[in-house]
Amino acid sequence: MDQVSELKIQITGLSKRFGTIDVLRAVDLVVRTGRVIAIVGPNGAGKTTLIKSILGLTRPGAGRITFDGVDVVGRDEYRARIGYMPQIARFPENLTGAELFRMLKDLRGGAAPLDVELLESFELGAALEQPLRVLSGGTRQKVNAAMAFLFSPDLLVLDEPTAGLDPLASSILKDKILADRGAGKTAVVTSHIMNELEELADDVAFLLEGRIAFVGTLDELKRITAQATLERAVATMMTRGWVRAAA
Amino acid sequence: MNTILMVLKYQARDAVRSRWLIGYAIFFGLVTEGLLRFSGDPAKAQLSLVSVVLFVVPLVSIVFGTVYLYNAREFIELILAQPVRRLQTYTGLYLGLALPMVLAFAVGLGAPFLFHGIDATAWNTLVALLAAGTVLTGAFSAIATLIAIRCEDRLRGLGTAIAVWLMLTVVYDGLVLFILAVMSDYPLERATLAMMMANPIDIARVALLLRFDGAAMMGYTGAVFLKFFGGALGATIAITALTAWIAAPVALGMRAFQRKDF
Repeated sequence: MDQVSELKIQITGLSKRFGTIDVLRAVDLVVRTGRVIAIVGPNGAGKTTLIKSILGLTRPGAGRITFDGVDVVGRDEYRARIGYMPQIARFPENLTGAELFRMLKDLRGGAAPLDVELLESFELGAALEQPLRVLSGGTRQKVNAAMAFLFSPDLLVLDEPTAGLDPLASSILKDKILADRGAGKTAVVTSHIMNELEELADDVAFLLEGRIAFVGTLDELKRITAQATLERAVATMMTRGWVRAAA
Repeated sequence: MNTILMVLKYQARDAVRSRWLIGYAIFFGLVTEGLLRFSGDPAKAQLSLVSVVLFVVPLVSIVFGTVYLYNAREFIELILAQPVRRLQTYTGLYLGLALPMVLAFAVGLGAPFLFHGIDATAWNTLVALLAAGTVLTGAFSAIATLIAIRCEDRLRGLGTAIAVWLMLTVVYDGLVLFILAVMSDYPLERATLAMMMANPIDIARVALLLRFDGAAMMGYTGAVFLKFFGGALGATIAITALTAWIAAPVALGMRAFQRKDF
């Protein structure tokens, strides 16, 4: 593989300002193909804005984002290869899960092979025939997760994926993420639960006040902070207000 | 093109199952049925319906539209995370909102007349009523869409929606009456016409009332209006003004939707 295709996403000098607040300040970040990268940082550090910039939901103020070497700003097609699991699973209340899936299929043109593994392991069959409004929060979150994986995307963008899932569902989802990584897929994951990221992540990007304060492998982060777990390592960085050139 | 139809299809499917929209259709059904029964005369019922339509359609369109789109915020984000164009998504969303509202209104208002059976004159007036309601729904749901896109804070958005409705329904007419009263020594027919053209509800009101015999009772002003709206030029201006009331908020909404950060 050449250099370009090893980089799933390359972000250079990404800045974004909302009103008078600089949410992202000249962020440089590389997401390598076939790896899981965790985006961590305190509330308001810019994690969701970063994710939404990758998806084109938020327009960059400055900077470049490439997907497989192709500039994505202002483009649409590349999203056919991304599976997005938003933080809040709120859907049109009068549609059924099955209708929601059909809509996504229609919007995507139906070219991608369907991956129904999560649908089956979550046993969503009966729930998909009911209006989304009557589903419990946990079941809706399962629908949300199954939706992100449904179209066998190359890149998974998961914003707080296990929030609201019971331990069994959460394990199933994590296994799925790791299995897909094994199959060469890439994932960008945010979460407040550090133990969970520890299980999943190969790389960690630590965002602080809109800047990348650290980016590197999980082991590197632990070594630098002299901590045994990701949670401790991140806590150490947060107390020190760590700012360090990207590793 | 495909995106427009798909977004429209699924959003409309969600909207027509909404209890609010079903309630809206039932409301018009009951009011129409009631007026028909009490007056026993389709023409009288229709005359009363003019006021109801001009009052309720803009209000429900703008309030329901704003609330619906604020609630659909995450759904819109989900759609935009797919390989779709924003412009087409916007068009699908707008039509998916406006068409179910038109449908609910038309079914509610039309069904009782069909049920009772009406003559040709009443048919014409019914069609005019439905057309006026459709245009007003188109305009006010476009304004609702624009507000929901532009305004991040939903409480402020809802406040703006109600303020716009109050402005065009109550305040504007008050101002026009005030000007007419103050300037009563001058011939104001043309000025009045111009002021009417600036408000979609007023255009609809005048266009509808002129269809009834009562128009003759409006005196000289009525005659001027009748002449204006009856002529090709007047009708063209009225239709252009109404179209502009849909096109302008749609265009502004499109621009805002293209640039919005979700």
